[in-house]
Amino acid sequence: MLNQGIAELEAMLDNRSCSSVELTQAYLKAIEIHNPRLNAFITVTTETALAQARAADERRSSGKLSALDGIPIAHKDIFCTQGLKTSCGSRMLDNFIAPYDATVVEKLAAAGAVMLGKTNMDEFAMGSSNETSYYGPVHNPWDLERVPGGSSGGSAAVVAACLAPGATATDTGGSIRQPAAFCNLSGLKPTYGRVSRWGMIAFASSLDQAGTMTRNAEDSALMLQAMAGFDPKDSTSADIAVPDYRSSLANSIEGLRIGIPKEHFSSELNPAVAEVVHCALSELEKLGAKLIEISLPTSHLSVPAYYVVAPAEASANLSRYDGVRYGHRCQSPQDLEDLYKRSRAEGFGAEVKRRIMIGTYALSAGYYDAYYVKAQQVRRLIRQDFERAFEQVDLIIGPTSPHAAFKLGAKKDPVTMYLEDVFTIAVNLAGLPGMSVPAGMLAGLPLGMQLIGPDFSEALLLNVAHLYQQITDWHKYQSTFAQTVCTEKGAMS
Amino acid sequence: MDKSIIENIAQLARLQLTENEREEATTSIGNILSLIDQLQSIDTTGIEPLAHATSSSQRLREDLVTETDQSETLLALAPMAEEGMFLVPKVID
Repeated sequence: MLNQGIAELEAMLDNRSCSSVELTQAYLKAIEIHNPRLNAFITVTTETALAQARAADERRSSGKLSALDGIPIAHKDIFCTQGLKTSCGSRMLDNFIAPYDATVVEKLAAAGAVMLGKTNMDEFAMGSSNETSYYGPVHNPWDLERVPGGSSGGSAAVVAACLAPGATATDTGGSIRQPAAFCNLSGLKPTYGRVSRWGMIAFASSLDQAGTMTRNAEDSALMLQAMAGFDPKDSTSADIAVPDYRSSLANSIEGLRIGIPKEHFSSELNPAVAEVVHCALSELEKLGAKLIEISLPTSHLSVPAYYVVAPAEASANLSRYDGVRYGHRCQSPQDLEDLYKRSRAEGFGAEVKRRIMIGTYALSAGYYDAYYVKAQQVRRLIRQDFERAFEQVDLIIGPTSPHAAFKLGAKKDPVTMYLEDVFTIAVNLAGLPGMSVPAGMLAGLPLGMQLIGPDFSEALLLNVAHLYQQITDWHKYQSTFAQTVCTEKGAMS
Repeated sequence: MDKSIIENIAQLARLQLTENEREEATTSIGNILSLIDQLQSIDTTGIEPLAHATSSSQRLREDLVTETDQSETLLALAPMAEEGMFLVPKVID
């Protein structure tokens, strides 16, 4: 049963072919055996998981709380979990026991989901390979010498390896979509404001958004249903009704206008990657969609604009880590200044320090207009590109990443790493929903296509992804690692 | 980018850097700023800056007490606390 998705597990729980406790025990056992090779979990919450599973089984006779009732999931370690270590992949928070639950955690628990543990991630979600984690890199189940992508690499590896059927994740510049592409998963970053940021440790507050990492679009719909909605505790949360995502999954897309941004298929793109996405697009044409070439002329400025906006917000957000109220504190500080400087020097890793410094520089006197204001003006141009495009088309599709998962240690230069997110970053700057869906394989490694929609069009993205998954089977491809997990002697079949 | 600017930024950000880190930051931040300088290639005269993708204004809530006293829980997270206060090295002689 480990190879089942959330919807299939829901059916198994419904018809009593297994209990939540059996399911949870099977996952916990698989995690114990296989996680050491992946390093995908920072914390495994065995006792809580079993208690939540028992409670789910007990209440089942009087009806289930939601489709997720009794379904085990994992949380990215960026979400605060009351009474439990919440590290954000950083030494700074290695000793931090969250005093409250994030709204996402609370809502999924209220929907009956069982928490298996907290997943590894790039430190403070700053990275595209999971190599900046204080807890060491995560290995991609498709090839243990390769990265799973980042920053939600732990969540991606866990779901791809069948150590959980779904996981929460967050996306500031591509941190859900790129790891989903690298691990052959469906990864959805909702519209900014769709899911509450309360209790989600801040990186860049105007860009951060929580979403889902699952094996298929239907499972994304089920998880998003439980996570989305207005939250008075997040002042940027959208007070807009949440539609029933599952009910529109099978809607016809006859006549749907899909925009193909020429900038995402430039001559620099690996032709094999372009070919994979073009094949996927022709499948959507068979479903009645119309393909229209469009232009997003400021695409090439999204990475530069992001590397002003995100570090600027990060430098402000991370100023809270001062060694005084919580988190890491250096030994024997000489004075307050020394306490701040050494606690932060010891608590933060190299990439986090680098981004704090870029942000500090961009916001400092004399540079503010040249960098920060300029980047915000370009941000508006990027948003306007999309607004113009959506007058012509209903949806935009291109590659998620310029290539498949790369080798651990292959990208040591920060700028090279930043360019990893060339197709995903504009979506965060514009606040739009984006989704990566498995679209093909290249030399044994998965590739994703990215769906981008107008504000609050998650239902449409899920609908298109679901229909695509009804006529293709890329999302069902599993790594040898995952097959081993699912057939492990002793694991229930 | 030169080391004195890096030193100044590190001071503003309250980060103690080693000599190696200063060297590395001078190069890597210099490279990142070259990437960022591509922004100068486009004329943005008259473009209103966009700070937030959602343009809606901030909501106001009823002025009610919604937080309970959690000082004990929160102080328990502090590296050093005493009698309801966070402890830091002496600031004033």
